[in-house]
Amino acid sequence: MEYFLELFAGGLTRGSIYALIALGYTMVYGIIELINFAHGEIYMIGAFTALIVSSVLAMSGMSGVSALVLASIVAVVYASAYGFTVEKIAYKPLRRAPRLSPLISAIGMSIFLQNYVLLAQTPDFLPFPNLLPELPLPEAFGNIIGSTELIILLTTAVIMGGLTLVIKFTKMGKAMRATAQDRDMAMLVGINVNRVISNTFVIGSALAAVGGILIASHVGRVNFFIGFIAGIKAFTAAVLGGIGSIPGAVLGGLVLGLTESFATGYVSSDYEDVFAFALLIVILILRPTGLLGRAAAPKV
Amino acid sequence: MKNLTALKQPLLVSAWFMFLTFPLMVIRVNTIENVVEWRWRNMIWVGTASFLLTFLWRYLSDRREAARKEAERTEDHEQTLGRFLAGRPEVGRYLSVGAMILALIFPFVFSTYQTNIMATALMYAVLGLGLNIVVGQAGLLNLGYVAFYAAGAYSYALLNHHFGIGFWTALPVGAVVGALFGILLGFPVLRLRGDYLAIVTLGFGEITRLVLENWNDFSFGPSGISNIPRPGFFGIALDIRGATIYLYFLVLLLCLATVFIVNRLQNSRIGRAWIAIREDETASQAMGIDGTKTKLTAFALGAFWAGMVGVIFAAKTTFINPASFTFLESAMILSIVVLGGIGSIPGIITAALFLILVPEYLRAFSNYRMLIFGSVMVLMMLFRPQGIVAGARRTYTFRRRKSGPELERG
Amino acid sequence: MKKIWFTRIRIIAALALFCIPTAPSAGQAAESVRLGIAGAHSGDLASYGIPSLRAAELVVKDINAKGGILGRKVELRVEDDACKPEVATNTATKLVSEGIKVVMGHICSGATKAALGIYRDAKVIVMSPSATNPELTQSGEYPNFYRTIASDDAQARLEVDFAIGVLKARKIAVLHDKGDYGKGLAEHARKFIKASGKAKVVLYEGVTPGAVDYAAVVQKIRRAETDTVLFGGYHPEAALIVTQMRKKNMKTFFVSDDGVKDETFIKVAGKYAEGVYATGPRDVSKNPLAIAANDTHKKNYGTEPGAFFLNAYTATQALLNAIQKAGSENYENTGKALRTNYVNTPLGKIRFDKRGDAVGVGFSIYQVRKGFYTEVK
Repeated sequence: MEYFLELFAGGLTRGSIYALIALGYTMVYGIIELINFAHGEIYMIGAFTALIVSSVLAMSGMSGVSALVLASIVAVVYASAYGFTVEKIAYKPLRRAPRLSPLISAIGMSIFLQNYVLLAQTPDFLPFPNLLPELPLPEAFGNIIGSTELIILLTTAVIMGGLTLVIKFTKMGKAMRATAQDRDMAMLVGINVNRVISNTFVIGSALAAVGGILIASHVGRVNFFIGFIAGIKAFTAAVLGGIGSIPGAVLGGLVLGLTESFATGYVSSDYEDVFAFALLIVILILRPTGLLGRAAAPKV
Repeated sequence: MKNLTALKQPLLVSAWFMFLTFPLMVIRVNTIENVVEWRWRNMIWVGTASFLLTFLWRYLSDRREAARKEAERTEDHEQTLGRFLAGRPEVGRYLSVGAMILALIFPFVFSTYQTNIMATALMYAVLGLGLNIVVGQAGLLNLGYVAFYAAGAYSYALLNHHFGIGFWTALPVGAVVGALFGILLGFPVLRLRGDYLAIVTLGFGEITRLVLENWNDFSFGPSGISNIPRPGFFGIALDIRGATIYLYFLVLLLCLATVFIVNRLQNSRIGRAWIAIREDETASQAMGIDGTKTKLTAFALGAFWAGMVGVIFAAKTTFINPASFTFLESAMILSIVVLGGIGSIPGIITAALFLILVPEYLRAFSNYRMLIFGSVMVLMMLFRPQGIVAGARRTYTFRRRKSGPELERG
Repeated sequence: MKKIWFTRIRIIAALALFCIPTAPSAGQAAESVRLGIAGAHSGDLASYGIPSLRAAELVVKDINAKGGILGRKVELRVEDDACKPEVATNTATKLVSEGIKVVMGHICSGATKAALGIYRDAKVIVMSPSATNPELTQSGEYPNFYRTIASDDAQARLEVDFAIGVLKARKIAVLHDKGDYGKGLAEHARKFIKASGKAKVVLYEGVTPGAVDYAAVVQKIRRAETDTVLFGGYHPEAALIVTQMRKKNMKTFFVSDDGVKDETFIKVAGKYAEGVYATGPRDVSKNPLAIAANDTHKKNYGTEPGAFFLNAYTATQALLNAIQKAGSENYENTGKALRTNYVNTPLGKIRFDKRGDAVGVGFSIYQVRKGFYTEVK
């Protein structure tokens, strides 16, 4: 039973990270129907920026919670700025182009950003300082779920709650929902669609950066390629839950995380990723719109 | 004063990029020795470069806008190379004869190394043409194309290892295995559209690689299979130069055959069905096109070529391991199709030659290879989405005769 | 008409294929001794290849300053293979078609395997500073191959003997990173443990490099009541596994390989690295030649040398020495010189055995103590 709980906790932690990144994919897809392939790279850039800032701070003698907060703020700002710029350069001019064009542009952007970080920084893994404070947990409890895992879970829960509130109750949230439903109609009723799209990219990127910081301090290392795998997994999570649906992204992330954890725990980690992708294929065959996605009747 | 406003935007843009690249380009922390390296010179570089690029960007955007307006006004697309060729078949004929002669004498003029990389480039051309059937013609975005390539390569390597089967037997076997894989993938994804399809194919490609990596008893795992024989030449042992030249001609022949078949396919009934499916799936099904069959044929035929090239790849490198079949390889083949111009045969060949040969000759820039590669993909989509050589869009005119309607290609 | 014409061209071409002289085109009577250097010099694995390139450059600079060998200057032909097998075959073809007879490289085992066939057919001597795959020498397929690093199975042997003999391990978890190097090593380790009969392999698994975390695998290690973990792979994964194990208060021994014996591992894993065992090349920090080589690197580049620097330094010296002894780059004579003559190098006094492995190069066990790898005697 304890073993099961441990695996469950591990899967939940992993899943909540997937969910954080998946939100960015799903929000963008909901609004402009684009798989933002470069999203994983934004996550990586967020983690990298946090690493750089916190190292510089540490060398000037600042550490602890204040360093964490400062590094996180800078990382979130920069990740959002990258997300914003990527949209302006690579996607905005292609709004009216055939579906394939922005997707290919996104793949190109992803390759570009990876290699930009590789060249500007280093191809090697860098140690990421553990910024998260250690919570005093009783040992029996700590064996099941560690302090960092707990912080990750709590942060994710808070952020998701906040995001739901923003989308439900703020004016911007309303505008986003309207744009997702019908872009042309939203434009007609006076919504600045371009700004809504920019906002979506900024919010999605900020969430990815938070995910990046959390996971990087959990695993303690960063390199230019971490965004690729996390991105693919998060994207899988978004599709699993039904792309375009925000609760779907959360559910998809958790389901994926738990699947991987149990697959490793009870079968073998050799085929961990195979399980993840196989689950995706099976769900899409049985329910092509994902777990919570709504089927849109093709417009004829 | 007017100059000042014209300069304001580029200045702002360059300031933005200097801000954006500041942490990654300027600061480098060495956590081993605890030193921070400040590379301020990079900032100046970024500032200047983005300032200048803004003008280029604006020029290209203006040109694109102008072209769009022009197209709207005259109801005609700009004069593309593809159209030009389509209008003057004799020029195309001269060009292809010239290219043929060049291709035939190439290995005798240039060194073994040149011949070798030329063969690689031609292999990618064939892969591009194969993927073009799926992506360009049927409009099914396949991000796991490399799985079929791997299927072909491993069929030859394993059949040879266990049963000593030779290259010539393995070539059709590999192609058929590839096609079977295509159908295997095709079945579950038939119901999916667009982006869902893309991600499932990506997952399929990854699964294939992971299985090859983990299933040691079957595929020898990550250490791969070595000592795969090169194709035999009537039992004569060839040295490296001979073998390379032989392989080159083999690939050239395959390339020509592919061009021929793909060209014929484009004008066939199934080819038109693919285009119909691509343009509007619902409408085409309403017109009586069997969606399932049409899509499966596209998958199977695309995979057929990948399997065949996979066999040649295994024979050429004499060693394969799963690391050669990653997503990046799929992206590479996809970008050949995209750069060349979706649906355009000469374009895809040009793009394959360009993407494979240029990095080989510009070894000095090898660090920047992928960076340039990525930005070219973005820029092509922005400023020349039709590719290097735009495929001439086929038009079919409907003419009514006394005896009844008849379709005529125009 | 046109068709006939085409056919004719094709026939002529086919005839020409037979008539072309098939010897490598470049002349052999070049003024200088040309040494090919192949390895990953760009891309994400460049940090494994660049130190070797620098080693070769430093050795050659030194030798040329002393007047070269056989009265000829030594010249390097550097080619990048990005550690990719398909690029490596191009690299090899290029070096061969330029008439290079001796190559120091390639860096990765996969790339080396792909390129070796081409070199063998052209009778080119190849010496790798870092390709550890056992097959390369043990299969007997490549008589032209030599290396200045011990093979994976030797490393696995040492790890297993140490774990069973010294650490008294009885329940061992063998993990790997699914890579060529890591999985190969793990396979050997598993075989040796089974053969020993003294310990049991309670877990044999691959972890996915770059995965978000390894919590589930760590739980599994604990559930199996493992006393020792043997890990085959590189330091990023090892650091993560060790950290997660120690955070769960697990005192399990962690024994790993050369890919983990890296300063970065200690830096990344921090305090959790303490007590980890790793095999690494025999300690040569007292060898005056090694000290001198490292100093030259520091003087020229301002930093400590990276991975495989000394192995490459040794390989370059051994090759050039053999050419000198043989009097030319002749394949047979140079090979014979490599096998018979001992040469003094930073790795000690070495020569090569029949299979191409270096005699006198081996591994030791190191342990992280107070933040540094110290040799375990």
